[in-house]
Amino acid sequence: MMDFLAMGGYARFVWPAYGVAVLMLMGMAAVSLRSWRRRQRLWSEISATRRR
Amino acid sequence: MSAFLAVVQRDLRLALRQGSDAALVVAFFVLAVVLFPFGVGPEPQLLARIAAGVVWVTALLAALLSLDRLFQLDYEDGSLDALALTPLPLEALVLAKCLAHWLTTGLPLVLTAPVLAALLQLAGEGYLPLLLAMGLGTPSLSLVGAVGAALTLGARRAGVLLSLLVLPLYIPVLIFGVAAVDQAVAGLAILPHLSILAAFLLAALPLAPLAAAAALRSALE
Amino acid sequence: MHRFANPARFMRLSERLMPWCAAGAVVFLAAGFYLALFVAPPDYQQGEAVRIMFVHVPAAWMASFVYLLMAVASAVALIWRHPLADLAAQAAAPLGAGFTLVCLVSGSLWGQPMWGTWWVWDARLTSVLVLFFLYLGYIALVHAFDDPSRGARAGAVLALVGAVNLPIIKFSVDWWSTLHQPASVFRIGGPTIDRAMLAPLLVMAVGFMLYFASLLMLRIRTAILESRLRAARLGEAEIAAETVAGPAQ
Repeated sequence: MMDFLAMGGYARFVWPAYGVAVLMLMGMAAVSLRSWRRRQRLWSEISATRRR
Repeated sequence: MSAFLAVVQRDLRLALRQGSDAALVVAFFVLAVVLFPFGVGPEPQLLARIAAGVVWVTALLAALLSLDRLFQLDYEDGSLDALALTPLPLEALVLAKCLAHWLTTGLPLVLTAPVLAALLQLAGEGYLPLLLAMGLGTPSLSLVGAVGAALTLGARRAGVLLSLLVLPLYIPVLIFGVAAVDQAVAGLAILPHLSILAAFLLAALPLAPLAAAAALRSALE
Repeated sequence: MHRFANPARFMRLSERLMPWCAAGAVVFLAAGFYLALFVAPPDYQQGEAVRIMFVHVPAAWMASFVYLLMAVASAVALIWRHPLADLAAQAAAPLGAGFTLVCLVSGSLWGQPMWGTWWVWDARLTSVLVLFFLYLGYIALVHAFDDPSRGARAGAVLALVGAVNLPIIKFSVDWWSTLHQPASVFRIGGPTIDRAMLAPLLVMAVGFMLYFASLLMLRIRTAILESRLRAARLGEAEIAAETVAGPAQ
């Protein structure tokens, strides 16, 4: 386990690289989803008021 | 052709009447270059090594200064609309304005560069290549800059945005322009670098007016 | 192509496609990370540092691919005035910028142990950095106008102008002797990379692509929804009614 984390001595290069990738992938997805959900909510509010 | 020349003449006359554009650009150029010995120290060998790069980078920045006004004034007072209605194609109009821009800013930069290079102790073999490279490079700067100016016409923070858009596109000219001078000083061949600068210019000559005209059309709609 | 011009049709299609792409993305990315970290063998020369490749290379491929997509979409927007093309280009840009950033950072982290330097101004690195600036410039330009259609047109022109950078990125390692290694997958004559490393690489690449497709669809849907919201707010009932009833479906 410790060997795996140590990445043959390259840990301080490999893990930040993977970290940036994971951060970007999750971050973009989170921002995009939040943007969508916000508008979804607004749309349902507007269509609710219009239906009345 | 006469319409083309008419636009060139008009822009030149306007620039000369204002008087300040060329002078300001050259003044900035000189001042910016002069700052470097104060910043990095006056040691001649160090200055000589960075001379080509410093002259080129500051020339690039100086060229940027007058770009946002390339179409701005005509756009604001409606003359751009009028010019767009003339039989002269918009692309030719852009080319004419680029020529005028180069004559009033690029050419003065080219002529001032050797003096500034001398201040930075550039070695003797570098001067002619500097003139040639800048002579080939500065028209490209005007052409690519015109695309940026057309794109940012009417945008918020147009001046800064223009710089951000145009500087990455200037990088190839910068790389090969500096390399031409450095290689000459090192006694190596410079024809490949000058050829690439020439190729860039030949590509920019038809393409930049096309792109700028497309951007102008969207601004005038 | 005109079949997809209808935003409502896109909404229906993407509603069905998106979950599959997203699920596929999760599967392939998970598999990719697993293969990259646990299964792929360490390199003879580079040791465990070679694992960075499985993140760096797919990100680099996506960085260029997304820009190409943006440029094509921009051309379609300018030439045919396709209503979704602008939206697609604008939706793709932040994703492309993200991939480029991952490519640059992971590349730098790989370069330090391998080349002994965090950065070098060779043709490949410089042109990818220019690509990053082009993405940022595109996003800034599109948002710099009060009139969104003006921003869209300007962005489209910029995207096309910047497309000349793509062949430079691809072929720079062939045209100049650079520190960055030459192509070992997409080359005439087939890949030269070791089979054991090619598999995790391709799995990751598919994962990245499915991830991109899912988010692109989501972002385009968001943009279409935004335009519907704007139309509804402006009280233009006709437009709102024409774009067939929204996400309640």
